[in-house]
Amino acid sequence: MRAHELKQLSQEITPKAVFEGRRDLIKSAAAGAFGLALAPWFSRDALASNAQKLIATPNPNFILKDESTSYKYVTGYNNFYEFGTDKSDPAAYAESLQTRPWTVTIEGLVKKPMTLDIDSLLKLAPMEERIYRMRCVEGWSMVIPWDGYSLSKLLNQVQPLGSAKYVEFITLADRKQMPGLKSQIIDWPYREGLRLDEAMNPLTLLTFGLYGEMLPKQNGAPVRIVVPWKYGFKSAKSIVKIRLTEEMPKTSWSQFDAREYGFYSNVNPQVDHPRWSQATERRIGDPKGVFAPKIKTQMFNGYGDQVASMYAGMDLKKFY
Amino acid sequence: MKLFIFLLALLPLDRLIWLGLTDGLGANPIELITRSTGTWALVFLCLTLAMTPLRLLTNATVWIRYRRMLGLFSFFYASVHFLIWLWLDQNFDLVDMLKDVLKRPFITMGFISLVLLIPLAITSTHWAQRQLGRRWALLHRLIYLIACTAILHYWWHKAGKNDLDTVTIYALVLLLLLCCRIPYIRKLLSRRSTN
Repeated sequence: MRAHELKQLSQEITPKAVFEGRRDLIKSAAAGAFGLALAPWFSRDALASNAQKLIATPNPNFILKDESTSYKYVTGYNNFYEFGTDKSDPAAYAESLQTRPWTVTIEGLVKKPMTLDIDSLLKLAPMEERIYRMRCVEGWSMVIPWDGYSLSKLLNQVQPLGSAKYVEFITLADRKQMPGLKSQIIDWPYREGLRLDEAMNPLTLLTFGLYGEMLPKQNGAPVRIVVPWKYGFKSAKSIVKIRLTEEMPKTSWSQFDAREYGFYSNVNPQVDHPRWSQATERRIGDPKGVFAPKIKTQMFNGYGDQVASMYAGMDLKKFY
Repeated sequence: MKLFIFLLALLPLDRLIWLGLTDGLGANPIELITRSTGTWALVFLCLTLAMTPLRLLTNATVWIRYRRMLGLFSFFYASVHFLIWLWLDQNFDLVDMLKDVLKRPFITMGFISLVLLIPLAITSTHWAQRQLGRRWALLHRLIYLIACTAILHYWWHKAGKNDLDTVTIYALVLLLLLCCRIPYIRKLLSRRSTN
């Protein structure tokens, strides 16, 4: 129904393709032509008026039956403490983030350390669209169409040394651009890490966009990691440095409280957070409605086939 | 005046209903409802505890007339807060619920707060006050304990993500209000007002 309307309207306004004509459509919707049916698109416009498109080819291996979470919620409900602790803070305050120029330095135990600017990173490998489930440690989840390519494509360029066992991600910490840094909630900059084999797993995505647009600032522009079988906080945002190390890196949340946030933080319905059960989750924008019952959390967030072998023989209650 | 305050106290509930009807509850409606009702239970607890210091400061007994209603609103919002959790997090499974209460200190504190509020709500009538006599005042001092368990509940909840700014403010307000009960300070407050 909506797709049909979209098509019809965009033809009336502009000969451009439906996707291209979306902004015009929003304007006419704002004028009252469509009213409630297009309400989600209003907020989309409000949040992402400067969004740049990102051409990505859908990867058929990562198409989900679950309906994708609306753009409004993906970009309006975020944890990004650099812009405040409230879920609405990032969308409200991330505008001050300067995403260009931007460079990412890859260093440490690599044969070819390098610093790449964002344009070279965007061109480094073919851009894919992958629809991943995202499970937050707080007990909610989303389904998000990300745009990017496997992190391994980048790591292969720098040629990790045999001694490298871990990958550390360091994110931007600039008081001028990030109002949340005023409060000493964690030790800035935000740091995250993966074991090298986890980082090289094809699922680990170096991500530049979502919904076919460059990442909105609140979602970790211009470049972030997405690790779909781990809790959301493992997917570091706005990365400036990637370091390969022999020692397990000290990551921000496990440094704050190792008992609550382990280094691995694989999605695991059998290991509770000390404060709440992880057995179920609440899907944001659940099509079953506000009072829909919670859904069962899957081991490794449902990506066990692709990742479980990396943890063979490990006690995941101990290495949580 | 009483009716006015009653209607005012219903506004947080009205707001939630209004948001619910206009698709305004945001990405995670249950979280918003749970947190909002929890916060308002705490706000009304603070307001209830503020009535005695206000009486001492102003030397006017008018404040005490609103104390019961404010206390009952605290219980009301706490009950909604609890019921939403029992329904949507525990699916009305009482065994699961009790397991959670025993296992997680933060939930233990919230649960204790609600359970202790029940006898206070039940004995809030004039009739109960007459029946209980002096024991009524003793029983209702439980509110001091509830203030502590409620703030611990909130504190532990927020500590998980080290997000303690808001809860610190509530803790300081409650601490201040509880300090007014210390006999020495109580005397100071009332002396000032009689001068």
